[in-house]
Amino acid sequence: MLQVQRSPEVHDVVVIGSGAGGGTTVKVLTDMGINVTLIEAGPMLNPQKDFKEHMWPWEVDHRGVGPHAENYFGKDIYPFGYFLAPNGYWNIPGEPFTVAPDSEFRWFRSRIMGGRTNHYGRISLRFADYDFKPYSFDGLGYDWPITYDEMSPYYDKAEEFIGVTGTREGMRSAPDGKFLPPVPPRVHETLVMHAGKKLNIPVIPSRMAMLTKSINGRAACHYCGQCGRGCRTASAFTSSQAMIFPAMKTGHLNIISNAMARELLVDSQGRVSSVSYVDKATRTEKQIRCRAVVVAASACESARLLLNSKSTKFPDGLANSSGQVGRNLTDTVGYAVSGTVPALEGMPRHNCDGIGGMHVYTPWWELEKKNKDFPRGYHIEIGGGFGMPQIGSFRGVAARAEGYGTKLKDDIRQFYGSQVSFAGRGEMIPNEFSYCEIDPSQVDQWGIPVLRFHFRWSEHEVNMVKHMNKTFTDLISAMGGKVTSREFPEKSASAVSVGGEIIHEAGTVRMGADPKTSVLNKWSQAHEVDNLFVADAAPFNGNPDKNVTLTIVANAWRAAEHLADEMKKGNI
Amino acid sequence: MDDVTRRDLFRIVGSSMVMTGAGSGVLSPALAQHVHVALADAKSLSGGPNYQPKCFTSHNFRTLRKLSEIVIPGASEAGAAEYIDFLSSRNEDLAAIFNGGFAWLDDYMQKKYAADFLTAKPGQQTELLDKLAYQKNHTPEVAGGVQFWTWVRNMVVDAYYTSPAGVKDIGFMGNGAMATFSVPQEAVDYVMKRSPFANEG
Repeated sequence: MLQVQRSPEVHDVVVIGSGAGGGTTVKVLTDMGINVTLIEAGPMLNPQKDFKEHMWPWEVDHRGVGPHAENYFGKDIYPFGYFLAPNGYWNIPGEPFTVAPDSEFRWFRSRIMGGRTNHYGRISLRFADYDFKPYSFDGLGYDWPITYDEMSPYYDKAEEFIGVTGTREGMRSAPDGKFLPPVPPRVHETLVMHAGKKLNIPVIPSRMAMLTKSINGRAACHYCGQCGRGCRTASAFTSSQAMIFPAMKTGHLNIISNAMARELLVDSQGRVSSVSYVDKATRTEKQIRCRAVVVAASACESARLLLNSKSTKFPDGLANSSGQVGRNLTDTVGYAVSGTVPALEGMPRHNCDGIGGMHVYTPWWELEKKNKDFPRGYHIEIGGGFGMPQIGSFRGVAARAEGYGTKLKDDIRQFYGSQVSFAGRGEMIPNEFSYCEIDPSQVDQWGIPVLRFHFRWSEHEVNMVKHMNKTFTDLISAMGGKVTSREFPEKSASAVSVGGEIIHEAGTVRMGADPKTSVLNKWSQAHEVDNLFVADAAPFNGNPDKNVTLTIVANAWRAAEHLADEMKKGNI
Repeated sequence: MDDVTRRDLFRIVGSSMVMTGAGSGVLSPALAQHVHVALADAKSLSGGPNYQPKCFTSHNFRTLRKLSEIVIPGASEAGAAEYIDFLSSRNEDLAAIFNGGFAWLDDYMQKKYAADFLTAKPGQQTELLDKLAYQKNHTPEVAGGVQFWTWVRNMVVDAYYTSPAGVKDIGFMGNGAMATFSVPQEAVDYVMKRSPFANEG
């Protein structure tokens, strides 16, 4: 048996995970002069080498379908295409997870410095006042132990640091922030704005973490629309480029990459004394001592780490006397409809790349409406325009047009840019059937017990998707268009995206005022273990229709300041 | 301008934007234009007459080139057959689909016209393709070729539109760098006039 390597040095703060939450923690603490050791399960990122920004498809022999034609056969080695930033996987060889027989769940995991921020959509929406008090609002879910007003200063800091486009609109469901200038709507987006006006659906400038002017030493956007491939100028926010790389220059950051956290070990008082991890290169276990630990491994990985950290004091997992670790698992409700719009056919060619993703979007607009058959709401993401031709870009057009030769070429040219899509991103209410736990019968290649998922949509989400379907169909009709595809055909509950598929997992280590029913206090600090913090979406009490990343940054920022305060006071 | 030089250009573009730092990290219009001209001048992706197929027999490869040019005029220069041959050499399932398809195709043509696909008359070639290409024309006798045809068509479309010629043909103008983002009024007017909102001011 290999000997465990224990290092005598005591690290101030060990941060586990380098995504939005870990990156923010690293930035805030190193700015204050606190020494941080960052553990990341994947390798270091090199944007100059790893990003495929500006590459044309023909620069590789396989044009992006994969060196062995993988994407033609549905193999997901490039889950979002070959040209995307190194981002993660639906299935990691040697690191399985299991799903209970009555459930469906997909789990997207990153193993790279910066985590999922290297490729994410960068939609940056503040949660609204009622999102922090959902139970008080309509009797469903759980109130957070904090209010919007307490979070708001941290949203300010987050937006001013990462840079978010937008305009002041004064809508309760979409609180205004510290915005950079918006980007003008593309042609199809102007058309959608007219359709929205007709249907009384607001369509406003999008709130995206791309720099429409230079801030904090990062260059302004050059509007190539390829944020998902990774931006070498760091004009689109990533925790790797905007937070971790600058922190490396402070002299306060020590990085351990290719290190899979295995367990948190406690001392006789039940406080975390050291972090055990597997050094992947040598397959050896190492332990480092620490004053405090911030877990930001992504909602489900963070729950897994706590559940796997069993001791005499915590037989059911670290800080888990409430039994709430792994519970309240949520994802975003996803549903999309696309159509072709004849008005757009044959449009004069121009460069409409812009920022990666939509320039306008629809925040939830029926907050005050009574008698809906589902609670809460969703926002709408709008797609379309002249995208860079890729493998598969014209599959739909070609199938509809049939034929071959000059006629097929003419059809493809005529229909190029006439496709518009609407994707709903809605709120899921936490339910008792959706959670993750340790699978007692399986370990991964590092010997670490794996997660087993249970997941179920309720009637709330199913009814919401029906509303999305009608709304998107109406919008396409109002533009004079015709629906060409629905992401999920209408067939009972499975019309909703598969749980986990929208990659917005949250809620598995929830915060609350009462230690009996929650794991963390209002500072994302464990009730039972005062030198343990959680800084990803695991502390969230709900999963509003606003995507999680901006709130991960704001909440991690708040937690890190509190941790620093407590360390200064000598409490940790 | 060849590919290597153009890649170098992007490298320069990337690093110069990083180095210029706060406030000025944008490309000059001249440099952005330079990038775009590079696309227009990009070379053919065809392996030419002396290309040695990696997976297919020389006969089948010539059949594929002919087919690709019929599906999308210009696809041959865009390297569609080379693309399919390359991937088939690296994926057995794909090789089986295409080799099986070529065999079916020549067998069908032999039985019907006493000539393989390549030596059949153009009218005979298109007579078969018309049956494969439109759902309403599908008959039991061509059913064995439909899957093959779908693969040929999809992959030829993919190959052509991911080539410089295809990108130019379709008029994609992006993948460059711009100092600001704006939308030409001409394009907005064109669409609004054709839309249900034509009469809104």
